[in-house]
Amino acid sequence: MNKHTKEPLLRTVKRAEMGNRQILILRLLAILLSLVAGGIFILCIGYNPFVIYGTIVTGAFRSAMAVQATVKIMIPLLICSLGVTLAFKMRFWNIGAEGQLIFGATCASFFALYCSNWNHVVLLLVMAVAGIVGGGLWGLIPAFFKVKFNTNETLFTLMLNYIAMYFVSYLQDGPWRDPAANGFSKIQRFDANAALDKVAGIQCGWIVALLLVVIVFVYLKFSKSGYEIGVVGVSQDTARYAGMNVKKIILKTMFLSGAICGLGGMIQASGSDVTLTMNVAGGVGFTAIIVAWLSQLNPFVILIVSFLFAVLEKGSSVVQSSFGLSTDCADVLQGIILFFILGCEFFVRYKFVGRSKGGDK
Amino acid sequence: MDMVIKFLVAAVLAGTPLLYGTVGEILSEKTGHLNLGVEGMMSIGACAGFMAGYQTDSFVIAILASALAGALSALIYALLTVTFMANQNVTGLTLTIFGIGLANFIGVMMIAKSPDGTLKLPEHITAAMRSIHIPGLSDIPVAGPLLFSYNPFVYLGILIAILCGIYLGKTKTGLNVQAIGQNPAAADAAGIQVTKWKYINIIAGGAICGIGGAYCSMIINGGVWISDNVGGLGWIAVALVIFASWRPTFAIWGSFVFGALRILKYYIPQSVFPFPIAFYDMLPFLITAIVLVISSIRNRRNSNMPEALGNNYFREER
Repeated sequence: MNKHTKEPLLRTVKRAEMGNRQILILRLLAILLSLVAGGIFILCIGYNPFVIYGTIVTGAFRSAMAVQATVKIMIPLLICSLGVTLAFKMRFWNIGAEGQLIFGATCASFFALYCSNWNHVVLLLVMAVAGIVGGGLWGLIPAFFKVKFNTNETLFTLMLNYIAMYFVSYLQDGPWRDPAANGFSKIQRFDANAALDKVAGIQCGWIVALLLVVIVFVYLKFSKSGYEIGVVGVSQDTARYAGMNVKKIILKTMFLSGAICGLGGMIQASGSDVTLTMNVAGGVGFTAIIVAWLSQLNPFVILIVSFLFAVLEKGSSVVQSSFGLSTDCADVLQGIILFFILGCEFFVRYKFVGRSKGGDK
Repeated sequence: MDMVIKFLVAAVLAGTPLLYGTVGEILSEKTGHLNLGVEGMMSIGACAGFMAGYQTDSFVIAILASALAGALSALIYALLTVTFMANQNVTGLTLTIFGIGLANFIGVMMIAKSPDGTLKLPEHITAAMRSIHIPGLSDIPVAGPLLFSYNPFVYLGILIAILCGIYLGKTKTGLNVQAIGQNPAAADAAGIQVTKWKYINIIAGGAICGIGGAYCSMIINGGVWISDNVGGLGWIAVALVIFASWRPTFAIWGSFVFGALRILKYYIPQSVFPFPIAFYDMLPFLITAIVLVISSIRNRRNSNMPEALGNNYFREER
């Protein structure tokens, strides 16, 4: 070490591997701390944090209808989180779930608008395939440029979000504009034939979402492709040395990642909105990244976390109607929770050593 | 001719918030930290600046408040990514979601508390933000409106960009900072205080972004608070960094070009170019995507992208 500089007061060193139990306690502690921090925030703006937190929880569960609404919020979030998980496992920073969802929804909407007289089941299946292919292609574009020219995928996927959004804006102003909307530029409501059916009072997308949890889990854990994704994520050099076709894996995985988000778009448009709007994604693609990261890319944890986030969101809307506080409260709390979790991950892998204790030199 | 001048002036005005965001992000990226939280830092700055201006009726206090708020939000990012070595993409993104949420939340709350249900900046501060008029200079044809007809934010932004350009390109400290972004381990070995300068740059960048946010909340909507007032400009700024190839002085014309793209739809008659409006809205993002691809196709040696961008530095692993 340079003799002219003092040894720092605190330095960071790697720590011995932590037990699973210890890690769990650490994370729960982080969540608890984040709730305390959120509580202090609520206190600062002049409300009782216990009352607000209580309202969020009871608000999301107070009636069967409230629970249905909560699940409805969860569906696209869960699906997109699973989608980005595939890319993130590969260390491919797909920030474009939003765009992939929108483009998938757009492709599905084409059939909903122009083929609405088809057989109900056939139409829905075709729409789902359109969503999958549309989202997949939208995910394939940045992957193609990544493997071909090493184009930065974070920024590229981000730009594609806006391009997809304004494409919908073009459609609703132009070719798909509803002439019956009295000068409003919007796309007409889908024919009932193109709407997803309800199961247990909620659009049946929730069944697809649950199936996807299992499929993604099995794919990542037990399939050869899933294993390859993990290897590419840890080290591309290792993957190449082991004879894997890294480029092909990246292309394939990004197609799948986008495809899942695209399917989420079809489900949101057909099941919940029953039309296509610029807001079909509504920030879900971004929140999904937080959910996936919070869950350590584990599909079953994603299921739990996306449900909790949906509770937070639904509960916040009840807080809005009861206390007049805006629903943005949910975003603030989500942010605080993730800040703490991000900070806590450090302590899983590293620790600080004081100047006096670390006298090894 | 009149129309052209009007267009150029409007382009500069529309580009100014982008300039702040871009320069702020360049400072951060030069130390190797890709901060996707620009939109969030701008939102927090927008909120703090507006509310401070609303309460105190002082332009200077509003600017300082927005810079301070931007700096504090960047501190969260710096703490998590520099010290706690958290993932930069996720941290930045969280900062964006958190920042937009916080700004909108406080806005709604303040509106509920205001007597007439809207938040409008008071007289005195609005006067301070008005476009300058220097007798004589501002009246020169063409050059007058083009150079001497803007609000103080524009001149402050250009000044900051030039100062940052000098700092990064011409001073020893700036060159050291660039070294950190290229190879933190080598910089560390050369005796540069990596952690300290990362913090300083990220926080200073946040402060600049915060002022850019104040422009969005205080100028764009005529001094009336609306939710989501940054409206995606922070994301364009992140992209503009590449367009400006990581040079603050390039960011000046880069942001004015993007400002021009944003207002193009109001100036090109539909009868001449019958493009849909959505196409113009899409244009800045489309062009950025194309720039991204082109700059990656070109030899990477030519690009000014910091080598260590996006990677955290752990001293004991060098």
